[in-house]
Amino acid sequence: MTTVNENPSKSTRGDTTQPHTEVPMVKALNVCKSFGHVEVLKGVDLEVRRGEVMTLLGPSGSGKSTFLRLINHLETLSAGRLYVDGSLVGYSERDGRLHELHPSAITRQRAEIGMVFQRFNLFAHMTALQNVIEAPIGVRREKREIVKKRALELLDRVGLADKSSSYPSALSGGQQQRVAIARALAMQPKLMLFDEPTSALDPELVGEVLDVMRDLARSGMTMVVVTHEIGFAREVADHAVFIDEGVVVESGEPAQVLTDPRHPRTKAFLGKVL
Amino acid sequence: MTAISATQHQAEAVVKMRHPGRWVTYVVAAVLAAMLINTLLTNQNFGWDIVGHYVVSGEILSGLGKTIELTVIAMVIGVVLGVLLAVMRLSSNPAMSGFASAYVWFFRGTPVFVQLLFWGYASALYPRLGLGVPFGPVFVSAETNSLITPFIAAILGLGLNEGAYMAEVVRAGILSVDRGQTEAAQALGMSRLRTLRRIVLPQAMRVIIPPTGNQAITMLKTTSLVSVLAFPELLYSAQLIYSTNFRTIPLLLTASLWYLLVTSVLNVGQHFLERRFNRSDGTRFRRTLAESRLRAAPQQASEGQ
Repeated sequence: MTTVNENPSKSTRGDTTQPHTEVPMVKALNVCKSFGHVEVLKGVDLEVRRGEVMTLLGPSGSGKSTFLRLINHLETLSAGRLYVDGSLVGYSERDGRLHELHPSAITRQRAEIGMVFQRFNLFAHMTALQNVIEAPIGVRREKREIVKKRALELLDRVGLADKSSSYPSALSGGQQQRVAIARALAMQPKLMLFDEPTSALDPELVGEVLDVMRDLARSGMTMVVVTHEIGFAREVADHAVFIDEGVVVESGEPAQVLTDPRHPRTKAFLGKVL
Repeated sequence: MTAISATQHQAEAVVKMRHPGRWVTYVVAAVLAAMLINTLLTNQNFGWDIVGHYVVSGEILSGLGKTIELTVIAMVIGVVLGVLLAVMRLSSNPAMSGFASAYVWFFRGTPVFVQLLFWGYASALYPRLGLGVPFGPVFVSAETNSLITPFIAAILGLGLNEGAYMAEVVRAGILSVDRGQTEAAQALGMSRLRTLRRIVLPQAMRVIIPPTGNQAITMLKTTSLVSVLAFPELLYSAQLIYSTNFRTIPLLLTASLWYLLVTSVLNVGQHFLERRFNRSDGTRFRRTLAESRLRAAPQQASEGQ
């Protein structure tokens, strides 16, 4: 059972002025993923338009994180097609068959997609600033001075200008996650993926990370967010998708999906979470 | 709740537990020590005058120099080879990981002494060594004995063997780094090699360095096996002397004193390295790396998680 979001959302920001025929930022067609004999995704069809914020909700083990990790090819597809900005991720298609891309091509694709992890995964041996400048200098070969300037601006934007020379071990979880967001943004990605960004945080630290994400959404960044923060989804997202047992159960505007769900499984889930 | 002032909080005099058993061990140890000193001083076969004569002699010091040289070169080969093999072992290429596994299996599965003998007798297996196309013409070739001198045989034997052990040490270090670090690097578009070099290996050093110091200490002593190749390192230098003057024990003592002295120095270094690197808390870790690699200014660690 799959649902495709066909109604343009009433987004009040971002690139909504672009023509209707624009290429979506993410397009998933019948995406399947199995780990051994376990089918985690059983044919997901989704579309994320430019400037749109999509939240993926669902019980743990529903496959939502796996779907997110497929978008930047941290996992490999079992079947289906997954496009980012019009290009297949991790593969090229010739004569109806998928061919694995060369690792260097995959790294180029990934450099365009930012990702924020549940466990932050800041590089423990580097300061906040070094974390942020590592990839632009090492991967993009940008000039150190330019990157450093941008990195300091980004750290300022996430409210951590004074922590640029701190190591991750000296930062709180919320601060680490904000550095991780700045690190992803330093690559100037066209798409940002968030994998339960606040799930590993103490409750009082969740707000500061959501604030940063809210600002980012307002700036027009295309975002796919796996989260259990229903309030955040309702407020910030243009599009909410409920996934359970590897299929999209319900998809649409957050106000509708999260407040007045049509499907009993969505209702049951929201009943437990709220 | 009232605060207890420092003057109120005095340590009480606690009666310490008695350890009568300890006194027995002290007496036994004292008797054994007296016996040892007595025999060292009275048994003329130790030949301390001979030891004193040879301990700073030219031959022995030259042998010591060669022992240290062998240790350093073999360890450098071992570490470089170990990193290469560990990376190959973790490669997704079956040929690479298979080769690395086979290498470690072979070199750890045979005694290093036997390996040294093989290198020493390499000419019996291949009288000439050449460079050319496999199964095709040979462009240059030379006598094995002129290529593999005792020194080269020693370096090959010790270094290749050490590579197998260091591969396991490095592999353990790489595996100790959280998988999330690699994923974060990949998500940023870093290549596998770059991720390894910039993210994983620097963090693996904490696990790799202490056992590497241990390996170096072991290597220093293992070089004595090279005496079988008639390479004049410390032990063979001593053997050369006692083969002419027949003062075997004093010369073995002379060599042992030097081994003991150098391993003691290495032990101090090892202790220092372990104190710096064998810490689990991130505060120490970042400071260690900051000092040794990044030369960053000291950070305040006021904010804990």
